[in-house]
Amino acid sequence: MATRVQFENNNEVGVFTKLTNAYCIVAIGGSENYYSVFESELAETVPVIHASLAGCRIIGRMCVGNRHGLLVPSSTTDTELQHLRNSLPDSVCLQRVEERLSALGNVIVCNDYVALVHPDLDRETEEILADVLKVEVFRQTVASNGLVGSYAILSNQGGLVHPHTSTQDLDELSSLLQVPLVAGTVNRGSEVVGAGMVVNDWAAFCGMDTTSTEISVVESVFKLNDATPAAIATTMRASLIDSMA
Amino acid sequence: MEYISPAESGPPTVTKILCCQCGTPIEPNPANMCVPCLRSEIDITEAIPKQATIYFCRGCERYLQPPAEWVQASLESRELLSLCLKKLRGLNRVKLVDAGFIWTEPHSRRLKVKVTVQGEVVGGAVLEQVFVVEYVVAHQMCDDCHRVEAQNFWRAVVQVRQKAVNKKTFYYLEQLILKHKAHDNTLGIKPIHEGLDFFYATETHARKMIDFLNTVLPIRYQLSKRLLSHDVHSNIYNYKFTMSVEIVPISKDSLVCLSKKMAGQMGAIGQLCVVQRVTNSIHLIDPTTAQIAEVTGTHYWRDPFTAVCDPKQLVEYIVMDIDLIEGKDRNVFPGQGQLSHKHAMADVWVVRASDIGSDDAMLHTRTHIGHLLKVGDSALGYNVQDCNVNNSHFEKLNRDKMPDVVLVKKHYGDRAKKRAWKLKHLPRDDTSIGSANKDYAAFLNDLEEDPVYRQNVNIYRDPTKQIPVDADDVDDPFAPRVTLDEMLDEMHIVDDEEMAEGQ
Repeated sequence: MATRVQFENNNEVGVFTKLTNAYCIVAIGGSENYYSVFESELAETVPVIHASLAGCRIIGRMCVGNRHGLLVPSSTTDTELQHLRNSLPDSVCLQRVEERLSALGNVIVCNDYVALVHPDLDRETEEILADVLKVEVFRQTVASNGLVGSYAILSNQGGLVHPHTSTQDLDELSSLLQVPLVAGTVNRGSEVVGAGMVVNDWAAFCGMDTTSTEISVVESVFKLNDATPAAIATTMRASLIDSMA
Repeated sequence: MEYISPAESGPPTVTKILCCQCGTPIEPNPANMCVPCLRSEIDITEAIPKQATIYFCRGCERYLQPPAEWVQASLESRELLSLCLKKLRGLNRVKLVDAGFIWTEPHSRRLKVKVTVQGEVVGGAVLEQVFVVEYVVAHQMCDDCHRVEAQNFWRAVVQVRQKAVNKKTFYYLEQLILKHKAHDNTLGIKPIHEGLDFFYATETHARKMIDFLNTVLPIRYQLSKRLLSHDVHSNIYNYKFTMSVEIVPISKDSLVCLSKKMAGQMGAIGQLCVVQRVTNSIHLIDPTTAQIAEVTGTHYWRDPFTAVCDPKQLVEYIVMDIDLIEGKDRNVFPGQGQLSHKHAMADVWVVRASDIGSDDAMLHTRTHIGHLLKVGDSALGYNVQDCNVNNSHFEKLNRDKMPDVVLVKKHYGDRAKKRAWKLKHLPRDDTSIGSANKDYAAFLNDLEEDPVYRQNVNIYRDPTKQIPVDADDVDDPFAPRVTLDEMLDEMHIVDDEEMAEGQ
């Protein structure tokens, strides 16, 4: 189920949020409205954590993580690190990385198994990434753009990439990641899909401007609409036919 | 070793994405929207008015080009299109690609222009849009027409006057104006008693006319101006200018009497002189000595003289006897002015044509036109003895030394019917100074007799008259004529229909 949400009149929800299958980190806003939306959607399954990184609210762009771990930039203060450590589930490893490209969320995109990284990323960071997040790392570009974190978004079910990605690139990426990919937009034609939305295996949050077409694309590629008749038909078809025979 | 040949895909194929508004598959563009959605969302012609008014003057059929210019433009012309497009205010924010007229009924007072513009929209996508602008043609009278309507269209008037009985100089002036097209800028020409009024829209045009008159005739003028309105804040004064021009009151063939001083200054010419011709100076000839003198305008106005006898008083005489005076017999003295070698001095004995048969008293005189006269010819002259003259210089002359008769020119009889040429006229408001009177006929005779006089005049061939080809066709072979070389053919613009009929 995809939800429309706005952070203080801003549609770029991926900037202010980090959502994984094990936790959700939300920036500290002026009001609790934004937090409440996530809380109501996710509280039953994962912890929703208020946090800042290096005193900034743009946490979605600064850190990268999945079910196994979370990487934060070196500028993160000790207090913040401590707070995160206290709030995150014990199964999640937390690691600070010394990286020149400190906006980790912009240069890395990952799900629980694979990660695409900016071609210029440090080898050391790449190793930490593989160790902490337990992912296979590929240096790749999306639509000839190194900021893979901004222009692509991944879950274990699927992925959404920059609309200008060619069919060949799409096929190549799809075979690397082993998930279906679709080129698309969020927030009424915005191509920064990584910054425009957050997604995990069962929930997605898009900016308020996202049109119904875009929502339907998101829901179908991330397989969020498992309650649709189509899903019933595909999963139950065999047994139905079997019983009717 | 075998290579797997890379997929021969050629250029990378672009993925289709769904339009974010309507969900149609489209190629990705900067707005990521399909064109119809983009168009429904954004109107690049929003800032451009779809209706405008242009102003048209019915009087002169011109369009107003703001702020104050009026331009001639035909319907569907390039000029009109540029005028229309200038009227659209928001056009600078988009790129104009194409514009053209859509046909409208000429009397509908509507103009429709189809405009194609390109504009940049969100994220650098360029959108092209076609729209129609309707123009309402509103009537507004232009300043020039307004002036004409209000009857105060002229700013300057040149009043040309000649205070003389004879109007020959005026006819000559008319021909000069025609020849030099000096009347091009006039708003109107109005005949007034003793002269003409030329009206102009600006003072400079009037000044130009004055300058022209100054070069062709001896004149003097006075300038006066009347304040119509003024604006003290902007220091603008609105005047009407009147230039009063006086032409020398002397015409060709008049008899003048110079002052003693003036005669002395001009090489001791006789005081009684005949005016040979008036061009930009007055050419005088002394009939008794054939001495000539030229009086310039400035010279004349310093010491003006008037005619003693004018051509209306010419009387016909018959030459009874003539005796040419040889050049060596002429009495010359040091300090004498130039003598004419075109004229021949002669002693003539004449009888008045009206007296012939009754009173045979022959009058003796000395004349400068001895080369033209023979016994039996008739000549025109002034009867100085009997005429009633009111002139102070004339009264002081010694009556005994004065000739009884002053012959001026040879008389050729009426040639009007045989004349194969004509002159043009100024387009005057009415024809009160027409070509039907005696003065005009005399002027035409003068032109015929004097090639120097007519060199400043455009003479046109009269298509209704036959040009004599043979010497036998001519009645009087000695009568002066205008040769065919000197005549011009008038321009006739014939309609196509007439041409077709002609063929």
